[in-house]
Amino acid sequence: MPDQIPFVDYLVLGDQPHLVANECTTCGARFFDRRNACASCFATEFKKVDVPTEGEVRAFTIVSMAAPGIPVPFVSATIDCQGTSVRANIINCDPTPEAVTLGMKVRLATYVLGDKGGVDAIGFGFEPVS
Amino acid sequence: MASDDVWILGIKMTKFGKYPDKDITDLAADATMAALADGGVTMKDVQLLAYGNLVGGTQGQSLQKQVGQTGIPVYNVANACATGATALRVAYMAIKAGEIDTGLAVGVEKLAGAGLLAGGSRGAEKDEWTPEGRFGAVAPVDGRIGTETMPGVFAQIGMEYGHKYGGTSFELFAKISEKNHAHSTLNPLAAYSKRFTLEQIMGDIMISYPNTRPMCSANCDGAAAAVLVSDAKLKTLSKEQQRRAVKISASILTTDPWEEACQVLPNVNTLTRNAAKQAYEKAGIGPEDLDLVELHDCFATAELVHYDNLMLCEEGGAADFFNSGATWRDGKTPVNVSGGLESKGHPIAATGIANVWEIAHHLRGEAGDRQIEGAKVGLAHVIGLGSACGIHVLEKSGL
Repeated sequence: MPDQIPFVDYLVLGDQPHLVANECTTCGARFFDRRNACASCFATEFKKVDVPTEGEVRAFTIVSMAAPGIPVPFVSATIDCQGTSVRANIINCDPTPEAVTLGMKVRLATYVLGDKGGVDAIGFGFEPVS
Repeated sequence: MASDDVWILGIKMTKFGKYPDKDITDLAADATMAALADGGVTMKDVQLLAYGNLVGGTQGQSLQKQVGQTGIPVYNVANACATGATALRVAYMAIKAGEIDTGLAVGVEKLAGAGLLAGGSRGAEKDEWTPEGRFGAVAPVDGRIGTETMPGVFAQIGMEYGHKYGGTSFELFAKISEKNHAHSTLNPLAAYSKRFTLEQIMGDIMISYPNTRPMCSANCDGAAAAVLVSDAKLKTLSKEQQRRAVKISASILTTDPWEEACQVLPNVNTLTRNAAKQAYEKAGIGPEDLDLVELHDCFATAELVHYDNLMLCEEGGAADFFNSGATWRDGKTPVNVSGGLESKGHPIAATGIANVWEIAHHLRGEAGDRQIEGAKVGLAHVIGLGSACGIHVLEKSGL
């Protein structure tokens, strides 16, 4: 098995891939990026928390026109993972309004995004639970 | 005794469209000189220039070099699609602060032929995976973790509203676009003034479901400018100038307060609602008093949510409100009688002043074929992602 690297640093690989958030220890606000301080309460202490891998589609669009080099169509969505919102593509699903619906139950899935020097970059999306 | 009211003395927008033979400064100068003439003043009277040109990156000083270098301070402002409204508010605040009695705000953009705005922030590919940026991404994220494109972001904002309250569909969003394109046929300054059938709109090129091409704001060239004066200054001017002056009853600018999800999908709702509340309170006017509204329909999916955010309807009732016909020009609260950004066009930094011009044009009773009869109060709204929301409430002169 080749070496792997996660596409983003908030994706944790292994037997049970999942996302992690930076949670403010004062107010509980969650963020996925590197933080200077909390945007909600201005505190500066954070802890890593696991984000549930199942959720539902709260908003989506099917992108047919994108910047050069980006394969279309694809589904961009906001997933409500039991109270933590996540931005992701819907994958392993037809990119049509018939196949993707608001409120649809989805779960985290990973895929090989590319290979460089024998190392696979692993991306993530959410797929329908069916 | 003068009050501390601030007035629009002169205001103009250029026709929006394509100007291959004019540069940014030409367009800014056209709008500026027209606004000064409209107000019956010259650059000699102007004590401050607030200037916005978001994409082109020019400065107000270039405009001064063509229309009048008088040594006044220039504030070059940038605030995404709220840039024009921000320039207007800078001039407004300087008058409110008592520092000046006459200020000029200008917004200008050349965007004809520009494609998708935003998206595609893809760096150069490297030989090995190297985590970069605040997410430690080893490759560009646009297209892999959702979309950065504006049609896609605002499509999700409309869909999110539908998920929360129900009543939305591809057809409903397309009908909003149908209304605005129908309105545009009466606006000689619109970049596009062609009526579309619902079938044409739904059958056009899909950009980002449910937004097809005619449901997206039109990239184009254009400029708008406004001359603002204090109440004391206005009282020294002619009766005709006083009659045509339009009162700025509220000038509000907000940003998005932190809420869960707001850094995942931009929340354009709370900051607009906050701005609307402040504007209505400051103006002593309620949404039911508005004779017309120009709101930021950068995409058809956006117009729907702002009916609710501006409290033109009950919370959650935007679809029913639209279906009642309320926002057509003969409805209870006409929205975007100019044709909106989808047909009038959206030269970004000009938009926040051009919207105010549209309202002022009706309040002055000068809107010709598209005049909303007896208009006395109007509201102009813009939103820039990031986010910034600008709202101006305007009232007809009592004279």
